[in-house]
Amino acid sequence: MWPKRLILSAVMALFTVSPALAAGEVNIYSARQEVLIKPLLDQFSAQTGIKVNLVAGNADALIQRLTSEGINSPADILLTVDAGNLNRAKELGLFQQVRSENLEQAVPSAYRDPEGHWYGLSMRARPIMVAKDKVKADALSTYQDLTDSQWRRKVCVRSSSNVYNQSMVAAMIAQNGVQTTEDWARGLVANFARPPQGGDRDQIKAVAAGQCDIALVNTYYLGGMLNSSQADEREAASKVAIIWPNQNDRGVHVNISGAGLTRHARNHDNAVRLLEFLVSEEAQRWYAEANYEYPVRPGTPVSETLASWGEFKADDLNLALLGDHNPEAVRLMDRAGWR
Amino acid sequence: MSDVQAAAGGSERSRLQFDWWSAGVCVVALTLAAPILVIFSFVFHPAGEVWRHLAATVLREYVTNSLLLVLGVGVGTLLMGVSTAWLCTLCRFPGRRLFQWALLLPMAIPAYIIAYTYTGMLDFSGPVQTTLRAWFDWGYGDYWFPQVRSLGGAVVMLSLVLYPYVYLLARAAFLEQSTCVLEVSRTLGCGPWRSFFTIALPLARPAIIAGLTLALMEALADFGTVQYFGVNTFTTGIFRTWFGLGDSSAAAQLAALMMTFVLVLIVLERWSRRQAKYHHTTQRYRTLPGFQLRGWRALGASAVCILPLFFGFALPATQLGAWALRTWRQTLDPAFFQLVRNSLLLAATAAVLALLLALFMAYGKRLRRSPLIEGALRIAGMGYAVPGLVIAVGVIIPFAWLDNTVDAWMRSTFGISTGLLLSGTITAVVFAYLVRFLAVSLHTVEAAMGKIRPSMDDAGRSLGLRPAAVLGRIHLPIMRGSLLTALLLVFVDVLKELPATLILRPFNFNTLAVRAFELASDEMLAESSLAALAIVLAGLAPVILLSRSIRRSRPGGEHAS
Amino acid sequence: MLLEVRNVSIAYNGPPVVQQANIRLPAGAIGCLLGPSGCGKTTLLRCIAGFEPVIEGEILLQGKQVSRPGHAVPPERRRVGMVFQDLALFPHLSIANNIAFGLRNHDRAKRQLRIKELLSLVGLEHSAEVYPHQLSGGQQQRVALARAMAPRPDLLLLDEPFSSLDIELREKLAREVRQILKEDGLTALLVTHDQFEAFAMADEIGVMHAGRLLQWDSAYNLYHRPTHRFIADFIGQGVMLPGTVVGDRAVETELGTLHGRIPNGSLPGSHVEVLIRPDDVLHDDHRPTTAEVVSKVFRGADFLYTLRLPSGAKILCLAPSHHNHPVGHRLGIRVAVDDLVIFPAV
Repeated sequence: MWPKRLILSAVMALFTVSPALAAGEVNIYSARQEVLIKPLLDQFSAQTGIKVNLVAGNADALIQRLTSEGINSPADILLTVDAGNLNRAKELGLFQQVRSENLEQAVPSAYRDPEGHWYGLSMRARPIMVAKDKVKADALSTYQDLTDSQWRRKVCVRSSSNVYNQSMVAAMIAQNGVQTTEDWARGLVANFARPPQGGDRDQIKAVAAGQCDIALVNTYYLGGMLNSSQADEREAASKVAIIWPNQNDRGVHVNISGAGLTRHARNHDNAVRLLEFLVSEEAQRWYAEANYEYPVRPGTPVSETLASWGEFKADDLNLALLGDHNPEAVRLMDRAGWR
Repeated sequence: MSDVQAAAGGSERSRLQFDWWSAGVCVVALTLAAPILVIFSFVFHPAGEVWRHLAATVLREYVTNSLLLVLGVGVGTLLMGVSTAWLCTLCRFPGRRLFQWALLLPMAIPAYIIAYTYTGMLDFSGPVQTTLRAWFDWGYGDYWFPQVRSLGGAVVMLSLVLYPYVYLLARAAFLEQSTCVLEVSRTLGCGPWRSFFTIALPLARPAIIAGLTLALMEALADFGTVQYFGVNTFTTGIFRTWFGLGDSSAAAQLAALMMTFVLVLIVLERWSRRQAKYHHTTQRYRTLPGFQLRGWRALGASAVCILPLFFGFALPATQLGAWALRTWRQTLDPAFFQLVRNSLLLAATAAVLALLLALFMAYGKRLRRSPLIEGALRIAGMGYAVPGLVIAVGVIIPFAWLDNTVDAWMRSTFGISTGLLLSGTITAVVFAYLVRFLAVSLHTVEAAMGKIRPSMDDAGRSLGLRPAAVLGRIHLPIMRGSLLTALLLVFVDVLKELPATLILRPFNFNTLAVRAFELASDEMLAESSLAALAIVLAGLAPVILLSRSIRRSRPGGEHAS
Repeated sequence: MLLEVRNVSIAYNGPPVVQQANIRLPAGAIGCLLGPSGCGKTTLLRCIAGFEPVIEGEILLQGKQVSRPGHAVPPERRRVGMVFQDLALFPHLSIANNIAFGLRNHDRAKRQLRIKELLSLVGLEHSAEVYPHQLSGGQQQRVALARAMAPRPDLLLLDEPFSSLDIELREKLAREVRQILKEDGLTALLVTHDQFEAFAMADEIGVMHAGRLLQWDSAYNLYHRPTHRFIADFIGQGVMLPGTVVGDRAVETELGTLHGRIPNGSLPGSHVEVLIRPDDVLHDDHRPTTAEVVSKVFRGADFLYTLRLPSGAKILCLAPSHHNHPVGHRLGIRVAVDDLVIFPAV
């Protein structure tokens, strides 16, 4: 009968693809998408001969997987794209301390865990982006200015479900307290040009197309669009200018991508070598050039695109705090009607 | 006398076998329900304060949007699915042959892909509106244009890719209807339209409802589309509560609420038709009449079929094709073929396993009609309404627990560490697929089995078949068409599946859906198009195969045209 | 005995559907369970086939016990064939393959031979490769029969096999099937609600009512010597005429004194009812007893008259068709009862 043959082949199929992870290979759970990390890992493997295995996915789910797998987890490194999740992983006891002179020298203390549980790998800012032809560069200079009634129906931003907005609001809560931040969020919502929707690139496109004048967008999206293979994306991006907000006080909101060594890592030495590689000048330059992020390593030359945006003052808030305030940030946005 | 004992012993064995079957069904159902039960168990952690917050702020929106979404997708899929199924089965008009299989094609397109594609085309900054503005010299606010990223947009997108479920099952049901019943109705003075509404539609109701249930469950579980459109539904609410508010209990309670809603709907539907039996009472099939449509009627019929096909498949596929043409040099590498292989292998494995389990369970229910088995089946089929990521977390927890328990025991007893046996393997991924998609095969198999009269089983038994052999030698051949349907529905669903794959997969294991989504969600639509197109192409062959087998499945054959 | 049903009761979570049934069917005989719908006859048949469990009693096939409370040899191991009410032909198999279905363990040549044999037995030699839905109802019926007979079962069960056919075809087919069964020497048990079908097919008939098997007997005896008033009513036509027992073997009625066996317990002087069949009442102008024609039905060979006696009681009378009397006419009648059927008056 045909079912028997099918069962047999199905069962065979299940086991032929099971992974055989060799000792010495470094295994990563990455919340950063494969295309945005794989080239660097390949480079590392080419230089050292150490193979790197990758699972990329949703940060929270990966943290859950790591927690559940416990002592037997194959993962050596957990990599996320925001400080909040790094800190959460630390608090869950998923990381171990790494003492490495190379890492400590390469990563400024603001961008790493004071106890060495995680290290920042790259930095991104979330500045204000405006339509060049409609908004003068000095028309607004702080996040607070976004709530000014002259920008009624002029502001575009994506959904509050997005972690970038959550982190931004969490940072504000850490600095200004809940009440001030909530007033700000209500003011911002009142100025929305449309219900929050789409991704960051969509906000840039909406500004370029004239649907709104102002947007809150992560820097690397603009970089990616300016250097896109598609003419329409390049054209849209060229209509948008960056305003670095709060340069006279706390600075522009920044966040990091970062990684830490898992508590039960089996390939400790090689994993640390990989972390060191990721903050090496060579890798840091790749972040800046291929992905338009800011390197965390001081003195790393940045790409032409990043250089054209000029220098800016970054918020020096301890990023570990973002995770603490994240739930409050979400509630605050719920209350303010930021969908 | 010894013969008597032998006979009695034989009967004992057969009774035991029956019980094994029931027990097996319950074990399978429980295993498959484990991830959902794990999530449900969070329900008992108190989460009062978060609930107050949700109730005061966003809960109303979640409920309203989810209801509207379900309602809209329900109406949309019913309108498109049933009308096209009826036209293509019982009417003759130009292009009917093509439509019969082509109407299934939108099924192969993942909802988030069609959402990204349409947004790319129709958004304010997209080519359509930009061109309009250039032509008429309009600016922002000078004109009205439907907002793609809205609840309405989500309803349209999901309806376009989900109507094939209704079409598929409705068509199969129309094909199976004896024309005698329809002719009886005609002789009783009902016109073709009334016959359709009073006879054909009610007779096809179980099949149509089965299709609709699948479509609606999928719509409820959809995350990619509604999230991109900024429409807050239960699903986005679950994610937000879990990961944003960091409250797994409240998230689980939201999920539980949603599943309860689905369960109530299913139970209500079953209750509403518990009196009616839908075994066909006649054995006489004749060729379908094929109302010949001419003139504007024929044109209208063609239009009804062309619209969903054009908007659900041709347009987005063309856009994907155009993008793929521009980017294939970067995206087509040897790794891409590995993606194709992985996707096909996973989809085929999951489809076959889901079918076998569905057969096992549906037949178990037929052998022993008990509330216990009925409940087991419903629980095993609930995963379809649960978002993939929730299921993935529900799979991670028990699998890792099992692995660690075995490991700890082996360490303490034999000093050997077995490590993770199941977690992070393809087995875990396939298991999650089964949890999520068993409902698809189960619905299809149950509907088909329900149409086989019980006397067929008795006939088989009296001709010397054991119960399992009755399934193999009588039910399977009779249900051939439906089995293929079940197989291919799951196959296509798995090809498109994303969140569970993303989280549960082993190291370095990618599928087409993962690749397409990673790129699309990073707003690199053009780069994601090749993978998306490959999903569509991989889904195409089974879809066409499926349509052919359905046409052949009708005992009387179809009118040669 | 090929089939023995001993004190069998059947129930599903409630009052018994069949109570204390007893059947003895010798090899080669054709039996029949006759009764109105809902009397439990199909349940009893399905129980013999092994589809339903017994809660009391036992069933023996070829002397081997196959059912007792808590145990049942599954249907596939009973060597019992069955023809179903809805025929249950497998729609996915050709006629030949339907018939071959129970012949899985035969080698190819034997199987082909048997199929050919059965096809010619049921007169469908030329339909081997067609599918069930392409056949007429009567043909499908014969295929179902051939399929059930193919594995040479010890016992063939037929559940209302002709109910889906029209009346003329029914009796014709019933006679044909009887002939086929007899030619093959098969033992069979039929279930039907149609007494003519039962008479046409069966050697012995059991009448069932409300879960009880009232009488297991030949058609002649059921008609002429019914043991229960229900059977007297159910089988054939007739009326109950009041009477008084006047002696050892005599009953006084309006139609005169009738002689025959009086059942126990009916002492002289007690009131009883006497079954009068239409064929017991003969037209005889020379008799003093007369009755008035109330209505009549012409049935070709005979007339069925309904007559009113002076007391107002009505009886039926079967008269040759040349005895044509108008309604209102008074006829002289005579009663000739061979087997006196008497029930206590109610």
